[in-house]
Amino acid sequence: MIYREAGQLKSSYEADQQIFPILQDRIAFLGLLAAAFVLVPLVGNDYWFNAILIPSLILSLAALGLNILTGYAGQISLGSAGFMAVGAFAAYNLMLRVPHMPVLASFFLAGLVAAVVGLLFGLPSLRIKGFYLAVTTLAAQFVIEWALTKFSWFSNNSPSGVINAQKIVILGVRFETPVRRYVLTAAIVALLALAAKNLVRSRLGRAWMAIRDMDVAAEVIGIPMLKTKLLAFGVSSFYCGVAGALWAFAYLGSVEPQAFDLNRSFQILFMVIIGGMGSILGSFLGAGFIVLLPILLNVAAHSFFRGGVSQTLASNLELMVFGALILFFLAVESHGLARLWQIGKEKLRLWPFPH
Amino acid sequence: MDWSFFLEVAIGGLLAGVMYSLVALGFVLIFKASGVFNFAQGAMVFLAALIFVSLVEKKWNLALAFAATLAAMVVLAFVVERLVLRPLVNQPPISLFMATIGLAYLIEGTAQGILGAQVHGLDIGIPDTPIQLGAINVSRFDLFAAGVAIVLVALLSVFFSKTRVGRALRAVADDHQAALAVGIPLEQIWVIVWTASGFVALVAGILWGSRTGVQFSLTFTALKALPVLILGGFTSIPGAIVGGLIVGASEKLAEVYIGPKIGSGIENWFPYVLATLFLLVRPEGLFGERRIERV
Amino acid sequence: MSALPRAAGEVLLKVESVTLSFGGVSALTDVTLEVREGEICAIIGPNGAGKSSLLNVINGVYHPQRGSVMFRGVRRRRMVPHETARQGIARTFQNIALFKGMSVLDNIMTGRNLKMRSGILSQAIYWGPARREEIEHRKAVERIIDFLQIEAVRKTPAGRLPYGLQKRVELARALAAEPELLLLDEPMAGMNVEEKQDMCRFILDVNDEFGTTIILIEHDMGVVMDLSDHVVVLDYGRKIADGPPDQVRSDPAVVAAYLGVAHG
Repeated sequence: MIYREAGQLKSSYEADQQIFPILQDRIAFLGLLAAAFVLVPLVGNDYWFNAILIPSLILSLAALGLNILTGYAGQISLGSAGFMAVGAFAAYNLMLRVPHMPVLASFFLAGLVAAVVGLLFGLPSLRIKGFYLAVTTLAAQFVIEWALTKFSWFSNNSPSGVINAQKIVILGVRFETPVRRYVLTAAIVALLALAAKNLVRSRLGRAWMAIRDMDVAAEVIGIPMLKTKLLAFGVSSFYCGVAGALWAFAYLGSVEPQAFDLNRSFQILFMVIIGGMGSILGSFLGAGFIVLLPILLNVAAHSFFRGGVSQTLASNLELMVFGALILFFLAVESHGLARLWQIGKEKLRLWPFPH
Repeated sequence: MDWSFFLEVAIGGLLAGVMYSLVALGFVLIFKASGVFNFAQGAMVFLAALIFVSLVEKKWNLALAFAATLAAMVVLAFVVERLVLRPLVNQPPISLFMATIGLAYLIEGTAQGILGAQVHGLDIGIPDTPIQLGAINVSRFDLFAAGVAIVLVALLSVFFSKTRVGRALRAVADDHQAALAVGIPLEQIWVIVWTASGFVALVAGILWGSRTGVQFSLTFTALKALPVLILGGFTSIPGAIVGGLIVGASEKLAEVYIGPKIGSGIENWFPYVLATLFLLVRPEGLFGERRIERV
Repeated sequence: MSALPRAAGEVLLKVESVTLSFGGVSALTDVTLEVREGEICAIIGPNGAGKSSLLNVINGVYHPQRGSVMFRGVRRRRMVPHETARQGIARTFQNIALFKGMSVLDNIMTGRNLKMRSGILSQAIYWGPARREEIEHRKAVERIIDFLQIEAVRKTPAGRLPYGLQKRVELARALAAEPELLLLDEPMAGMNVEEKQDMCRFILDVNDEFGTTIILIEHDMGVVMDLSDHVVVLDYGRKIADGPPDQVRSDPAVVAAYLGVAHG
């Protein structure tokens, strides 16, 4: 009833091409932003910030990166965590070795470093496709992990490759408390998400989707393969790099290369699959889902098995549920939670009428 | 240049490579017959090894344990066909690939959940002692594994080319629709293939488990099978062997000779980089078929 | 109703002695033809005669072992698809090559890709030059949507459209590039009589209004006679006839090829 578009006619292309053409959507989104930036900081508690909100926001950013590469441009990657690692270590080294380096600039530059590395490892995609490309990205993942552990220069000669991220101080304001770190993270993620949404609805986004859907035809219409694929790798790695920097600086505080191992890459891939490939919203839904799921499982197991459940059983349960969910989503709704959301909205348009 | 040392490392690597080949064989079987890239192969190896070792620890006779585990793999094949392959039959290969990733996690979680997550040692009666061949030492166990692999490959090759079922499998690999048109029951074929792959996984699992103990990391060791497949081609049985040998040997040689110069742990990524370089030159692998895209 | 002869201009495209083979199979053997600016040229021939391969060579998707293609005075042995697009050649495919995951509007907009200039940074920011450019090109695309009468489906994902509409969208995408030379590979395959009439009308309109030179592969003789100024006949990769429709129709070699008389 409330969700009707009746009467909302567009009389200009600008109006038709807005991100939220329906008024109700715009209002809802503004409400969400208000909640995120005003309400949550006021009422949230530290546990929520530290364990749920901050990691899911950061992982959404990484999932966004992977979604751009795999969901929009159709290039499979199993190495997204590797690029996160590059970002984290780059930011750390920039802050360490460059005097007076502003923190935000270091995040941005770290993203650029990750983008360059991504470009390099993306070069094979010009000849290699599909599963084969997946193996190439595995090479990237393993080489990066190995290099960051082996060459102690990256971790400033720390024994196990652990880096302790510097404190975040922007314009004299310290961002150490959970609330502040949350607001900073949310702001960065929101800005980058907007940029991503803009990219995918412009010329570059269409070029990416064209090579995903049918690359031979794309070339014939004049879409430059080399540039488009490399940009996909570059932009995707940029996002993963910034996410990695945030992971080290705004979330964990200290981090070692193993935090960005193959498991992490798979985790991000699952977020993209479950959330919805080729969807900005999906990246957020998927990240939130995967961060919340273990917690929910734990709670469910505790109440079900009265008296708690062993750690190993819990983590195995997690694996089983993840696996089952992937199978479920691929079989039933291959466009993930984002599509389910869309279907829900369409039903809402008609409610309370059945059709 | 110490040639005997070189040979020892090389042969050790070749024999280690045989282990990779065994895992890769399972991939090839499934890919050849259903076009599905089964990421869960490693998990299947782990599952088979875990069931086997659990039975052995309960004092079961080795042969009985083998039979029982094989039966379990048959059950798995049925379950996979029902729950994974049938619902996803019309989806693009990418979706099936990702489904097998999900399957891998599901199998791992279930296996460990039911059978426990401790590391199990496994002893099948072949000691890992060295035999002297001229100036070089070769592990007795490695030789046994190589022997097993050769027998397996021979069996599988005969199966595919001489038996009726083998022919049907090849038909299915070539063209699903055509095979259906000739009356070949796809679902049964898939169950057979996944069972065969399960059998190979069991053999691989027992051998790997004896060598390094049955543990969770087996699933990731299986990832090494990917470069093997790239080198050998995704659809070639002999290719899986050759690819495995190349990966095993080159990995060990790189570790020993290049390792000291850049840093140890090269074997973690060397096969993947090698595979990438190879793909740049020949995207379809040593033995694979070249595909021409027609517009 | 056969087309009145149109005044044809300079030679726009020249295929010179092109020979193309795959492995041992010869697709084209020593094919030479000329297409003049503003004309509609039909390529016909039995199945497997090499018609699509010829288009692929003109387009740069296949590279001939011998011979060259001259377009607008520039001779090339190996055309590159991206280059040919930039030079003003657009095409449609036999098995529709639409981007199934994108809407009709987005599909046609990709046809404008070459003409758009905004860099990645301005696209990321969107408000400002990137948005202005989007709107400007959207206007051009809407004109084509109007022209081909597909307004109703502009937001539908291309994969969900019926076959006939998909073909029209593919044509729209090719037109979006404002090409000088349009290559159509069996644009009417699988259409019913009404759809064919519509498509014929569109093709004639395109040639009339925009002056686009058109090369089309077609099986329906009626369409070929009605539309084209110039017909080229291929058989087993060789050209066996080349001329105005009436002349080709009565050429004994052509009749023999279609009726399957034994070849020497």
